[in-house]
Amino acid sequence: MNEQALLGLADDELVLGWRDSEWTGIAPLLEEDVAFSSIAQNEIGHARAVYELLVGTEGDADALAFDRRPEEYRCAPLVELRLLEWAHTIARRWLYEVADEIRITAFKDDSDRAVAGLAAKIDREEAYHRMHAEMWHERLREEPRFRAAVEELWPYALGVLPAELRAELVERVGLADAEPVERGTHTDELAPLWEEMTMVRRSAPAGAQW
Amino acid sequence: MVAVAEQQVWQALEEIPDPEIPVVSLVELGVIRSVDVQDRHVRIEFTPTFLGCPALEVMKRAMEEKVAELGAEPEVEVVTDDSWSTDRITPAGREKLRSVGFAPPAPREASAPKLVQLQASVFRCPYCGSTETQLENIFGPTPCRSLRYCESCRQPFEQFKTI
Repeated sequence: MNEQALLGLADDELVLGWRDSEWTGIAPLLEEDVAFSSIAQNEIGHARAVYELLVGTEGDADALAFDRRPEEYRCAPLVELRLLEWAHTIARRWLYEVADEIRITAFKDDSDRAVAGLAAKIDREEAYHRMHAEMWHERLREEPRFRAAVEELWPYALGVLPAELRAELVERVGLADAEPVERGTHTDELAPLWEEMTMVRRSAPAGAQW
Repeated sequence: MVAVAEQQVWQALEEIPDPEIPVVSLVELGVIRSVDVQDRHVRIEFTPTFLGCPALEVMKRAMEEKVAELGAEPEVEVVTDDSWSTDRITPAGREKLRSVGFAPPAPREASAPKLVQLQASVFRCPYCGSTETQLENIFGPTPCRSLRYCESCRQPFEQFKTI
């Protein structure tokens, strides 16, 4: 089991789930409010399943998800960015889904059956995220504001994938290869998100009761 | 603690409604993959529908309680592999979904569903039976649903996603 790559996947889905959920209640269309909330819920569900796989049946997935320092997270800088602007948000969703499909397809062939099985399950759900991203990409692809957002986020998108999978992303997105913003480095925007994301966990170390 | 028969366990599980769509049981939803009885120990393998489904824990607890009521010791294992698809919903389950205005999922094809398929008007309205329906939103109030609108009876309805 490639634990570092799986942790990267789980952290990406957790952090992007939080970022996508920031549109809940304030998306420009009611339909998108529903869509972003649902996508966020799925992404966080995927993160939970991968954390659970990593810690095993006796382990504590919440501890893995929330008890690390911000610098210990393995998420790609792309998912950390706080993008409450529609063109950038859709540009990230589309770039992320294209990259994520390449990564999930590779995990589906993993020699570890538990990894391959979970990847196949995640892939079934991601099909709907891809449709959503494709639908918006079709609608906005000629818009200068959207093109600019895609180009701005492109080096970050490359950083979602390990070097050996990037050629396919370059081909599918159709932009020239660029210097990737690598996983393992973090943007300044992760720390404030981490503060919010881990607040309940840190304030009730013995476990929150609802 | 008493020994129980596998059939008793299945019957007990048939009484558990889906927490979010209570018209169908967990058995009709096809999420119970296996029941293995060893004397007083009952092991259930259960596959979630969607990984982000908040009803997961509720379902797990309900199964444990049902088995305990039979006087046996429950063990529920959540299997997060690829074995559940909407094709596992039983014919009776599909009919019950339809009866409450919830269009059952289209059969899954070899490859993942595509947007063009969702946009095609082949999805039948659960109220009037018309196929003149439009996709309103790929997403809905829970991860497993899409929203559609019937042009014929002018009724919005929920469509179970095919996964």
